[in-house]
Amino acid sequence: MIEILSVTGPASIQDLGRFDQYRFGVGTSGAMDDVALRAGNILLGNDENAAGIEIPMMPFSLRFGRDMAFALTGAGVEAEIAGRAVPPWWRSHARAADILNIKAMPHGARLYLAVSGGVDVPIVLGSRSTQFRGEFGGLNGRPLQVGDILPCATSTATIGELGVEPADITLARPNTAADETIVRVIVAGEYDGFDADTQALFWSSSWKITPQSNRYGYRLQGPAVKPKAPIEKRSHGIVPGVIQIPPNGQPIIQMRDAQTSGGYPKIATVIRADLWRLGQARLGSKLRFEQTAYTDALAAEAEMSAYLERLRANVRLVEETRTCR
Amino acid sequence: MTAPDRPRISLLGTSALLFEAPGTFDLPHQRRIWALAATASKWPDIREAIPGITNLMLTFETPPRQLDDLITALNESWDSVESLAIGGREIRLPVTYGGEIGSSLRSVADHCGLSIDDVVSIHAAPLYTVFALGSHPGYCYLGGMDPRITMPRRQTPLQRSAGGSVSIGGSQTGVSASPGPSGWHAIGHTSWRFFDPSWPTPAALAPGDTIRFEIKQVVR
Repeated sequence: MIEILSVTGPASIQDLGRFDQYRFGVGTSGAMDDVALRAGNILLGNDENAAGIEIPMMPFSLRFGRDMAFALTGAGVEAEIAGRAVPPWWRSHARAADILNIKAMPHGARLYLAVSGGVDVPIVLGSRSTQFRGEFGGLNGRPLQVGDILPCATSTATIGELGVEPADITLARPNTAADETIVRVIVAGEYDGFDADTQALFWSSSWKITPQSNRYGYRLQGPAVKPKAPIEKRSHGIVPGVIQIPPNGQPIIQMRDAQTSGGYPKIATVIRADLWRLGQARLGSKLRFEQTAYTDALAAEAEMSAYLERLRANVRLVEETRTCR
Repeated sequence: MTAPDRPRISLLGTSALLFEAPGTFDLPHQRRIWALAATASKWPDIREAIPGITNLMLTFETPPRQLDDLITALNESWDSVESLAIGGREIRLPVTYGGEIGSSLRSVADHCGLSIDDVVSIHAAPLYTVFALGSHPGYCYLGGMDPRITMPRRQTPLQRSAGGSVSIGGSQTGVSASPGPSGWHAIGHTSWRFFDPSWPTPAALAPGDTIRFEIKQVVR
């Protein structure tokens, strides 16, 4: 088990998400940076859907109740355990009563702590992810608090330090300025409801991610993007990544805890292969949209899958080499 | 451009596809949507078929390599489906109109050029049908609202609206099952349990069920 000693901001237990409950109004939840959570689980030999802790703010510290392997992935991190530093995208080992201190996040927005065997909270409606709105999943459906005790599945996974190449390096997008995130989007149903100048403004603008952004959605600030005539849609299903334009012309990107339906006009949708980049975009930073075609979006997913497959292969290779010695 | 009497089909990135039926927001159209959902949910690579208000979202288990076959299948099925009449149960929901939670009652009345009593009696008059679930766990979109109390959604959505809020958004009405952000206008509230993840079916209501609002109190 793990005991939470200090927590800043809404840290929560997340797995990859709850994907087949839309018909009851239940959204996906799940890790905002699913690539990072997968990588942490791969490092530990876990099921890739094993639950970890999503940590959006520092400092954060916890005590391990027993010997256990763990990994830190996602954002850049300054962390230490028992007097030694833990690098980002790294697997390490804790002894019983060791304290992990996570002190700073030099870049990125969310850190993932994965533990050997996974955080073993009950599966609710097919997932361990925290559903904040429904107040279920995770640990009692709420953010983590000081003093929380998290059960961990027992695991016999091999121990030993090991790192992998971070996704933001391997999958880096060209021409990205510092402190700016570029995500690829496919135009959505109401794109043609905006005139050519407004469409151009949407593509050319550098959007600021406002402080009113969270796991529900990212509210952006920039020039007002308004349709030719007001559009009032009948409510319909939406998914994480959908970019809605409310009447004030300031886009809102739906994220993992978003409502499962809406009626504001949709100008575009961030492709699945780039959702993790949004998960690592900081409040106050800049965001730009790049138009992409459906087939190119599938190719981007294949590229992401190939990266994860390389991680699996590398970790397997290291374990085999160790076993041989 | 799609002809006005043809469905509109659009992508939601690589995760899902949206089918929007042509025609009016009424029960006959919605019954065809329910039928289309029942059919499409059995297609390969489709994870779920989720009815909205005269529309249907299909989420992908695996994104199809190319979309033409799926789009053709949707169009053909829409033309051929028989309407699916779901005989649901009827529930009565006591509503406190106005007050702190229903603080938009006055602005809806002003917007519609009606008195508060008119808005309340018009809202409580119909037998509403649950057209679809969505938004948040257990939330029901209702069909049957009188268009005289239509009010466009908010310019900027509220960060937090109370659980149990009875709200109007455009020509739709519904009751929120838990607190959260909302772009709708709350005109009252109810205290009824719509969702529990431990129930065999986690949502209390399903498409086809009907709701009658009872005026418990009007707070001016």
